[in-house]
Amino acid sequence: MTQSSWSAHVRRDPTLALVAGALIVLLGVGPFVPQWALSFLTVVLNLGIVVSGMTLLMRTGLVSFGQGLYYCLGAYAAGALDHFYAASDLLLMVAAGVLLAVLVALVLGLLMAKYRDIFFAMLSLAFSMILYGLLVKTSALGSTDGFGLSVKTFAGAPITAHWVRYCIFALAAVLAAASAAALQVYYESHLGRLAWAIRDNELRVEYMGASVYRVIQLNYVIAAALAGMGGALMASAIGHVDPETTANWTTSGEFVFIAILSGTGSVLAPFLGAGLFEAVRTYALERFPNTWQMALGATMLLVIMFLPGGLWSMFRRRARGT
Amino acid sequence: MQQLPAVIIDGLLYASWMFIIAVGLTLIYGVMKILNVAHGSLYALGAYTAATFAGFWLAHGHAAFGSYGVLLIAALAVGLISGPLIERGLLRFMYGREEIVLVLVTYALFLILEDLIKLVFGVDPILVAAPYALLGNLEMGHLIYPVYSLVLVAASIVVGGCMAVVLTRTRRGKMLRAVIHDQEMSMALGINVRRVYLVTFTVGAMLAALGGAITAPTTSVQPGMGAEVIVLAFAIVVIGGLGSLGGAALGAVIVGLVRSAAVHYQPEVELFSVYVVMALVLIVRPKGLFAAPEARKI
Repeated sequence: MTQSSWSAHVRRDPTLALVAGALIVLLGVGPFVPQWALSFLTVVLNLGIVVSGMTLLMRTGLVSFGQGLYYCLGAYAAGALDHFYAASDLLLMVAAGVLLAVLVALVLGLLMAKYRDIFFAMLSLAFSMILYGLLVKTSALGSTDGFGLSVKTFAGAPITAHWVRYCIFALAAVLAAASAAALQVYYESHLGRLAWAIRDNELRVEYMGASVYRVIQLNYVIAAALAGMGGALMASAIGHVDPETTANWTTSGEFVFIAILSGTGSVLAPFLGAGLFEAVRTYALERFPNTWQMALGATMLLVIMFLPGGLWSMFRRRARGT
Repeated sequence: MQQLPAVIIDGLLYASWMFIIAVGLTLIYGVMKILNVAHGSLYALGAYTAATFAGFWLAHGHAAFGSYGVLLIAALAVGLISGPLIERGLLRFMYGREEIVLVLVTYALFLILEDLIKLVFGVDPILVAAPYALLGNLEMGHLIYPVYSLVLVAASIVVGGCMAVVLTRTRRGKMLRAVIHDQEMSMALGINVRRVYLVTFTVGAMLAALGGAITAPTTSVQPGMGAEVIVLAFAIVVIGGLGSLGGAALGAVIVGLVRSAAVHYQPEVELFSVYVVMALVLIVRPKGLFAAPEARKI
């Protein structure tokens, strides 16, 4: 791409430039912000990666109530590497998380791609609850308590305890930026644009010669890979995995919540949604431990009623107005 | 094999308990096409209200047998108040949206109600075991069962029987089935669909609360009980076929037997055996066992 066409592209759609800019800023300020802020940002990035996958599915009209399945597989794959094989390499752990999620999604995707609407939601819920039920009773994996893990090296190079947090954060930022950019390119592609068409009318898409089944299958596997990535990163950031906060349906419900809040308007939206969610949760859990879910529920209702496109549609509307 | 009678009896007891909850869920879906996640909260609300009032009743030294009446009235009151509030106050603005959006709406409602329950009743577990212990035990050979469990079976048979009679034998029931088949056509024929929706949701809410109220004496009532029950109820109605009364009964029996077999033979698989069955049924019959065939809409 020549320089002038690049600048024209940025003016038309600044998303990719924004992603690159955000990544540079994040990596730059990372070493200087306090530890709590670094942890907070890491969690936001991880949640954003998972929710990016949810919004990818939502573009075809599918809402998964069991994305915790892949999130959990990613987290446990990362945890098991450290816990059982003493392979405490961050890059290896995340790769294992993505790989396990993709393998399972390739199999389940054959099935899931046939389901729509609430049946997709219910079947995904069933699969994630199967995993939850398995883990709760598997004492080798710590049953309901789960087990702890720690990161010691990055791509073979040892990291000192001081830099572990930053390392996880930096990898989360790079992977978040990479997946956002990749999704942006994918959405602009022929295959990516089919999602809206499928949502509107599957039969017409089939008549035009595209395979709805294949597209949904592909999207399903990508979403699973992102969930596995987020899960593995989250496990290494928290240093602990357990079934309740990964595979149980209430965790999948949180992903659904953030996805609805964010909307499908932009690849950046999931990260903003995750940021807002995490900020509210951190603040509200301290101040109002027993009413914060109520605030979440009310917000979700308001978004569904007045902002069907998610929070992102507010920016969109303003941009069009000017 | 010696355990077989116990497996079957336990399974049926469990099934009759779950049926009362699942039948409300399937009724609401059948008529309104809403898969109501908040059903779990209404169940918890019924349990909390019943346990609190039964606790008051017993603490003030009234006749212990009266506590059954208190449980029942508390459940009906919860349904009568919360049902219309939710339907008129929220759901009616959402009619005509996609089914999955309605799931999300009721999920939001579920989150709100979960915290509302914590605010009203506190977070400490409530225990009211008197109604459970009062009826004593029944010995069948070497098996001992609390009589209260048999009351549950009777209750679920009464609920299921009433529903079946109302739906097939009465004028109102036939109107309801007309609405299920074709909402627009029944509107054109002069059926007040608005009122049918209101009544359906209220009855569904009452059933959820009733399920909670009769469960309250058998367990400690605590936060999170709604979240646990709603996924089980989902499994049952999905197995049976959403919106089918017979399906809910069959689903409850299947889930009950599977779960009790798991408990007796292979306790480690108890929790996920139900979801394995749910996934298998969805794989083989995507709309559930009893779902009516549907014309493809273009």
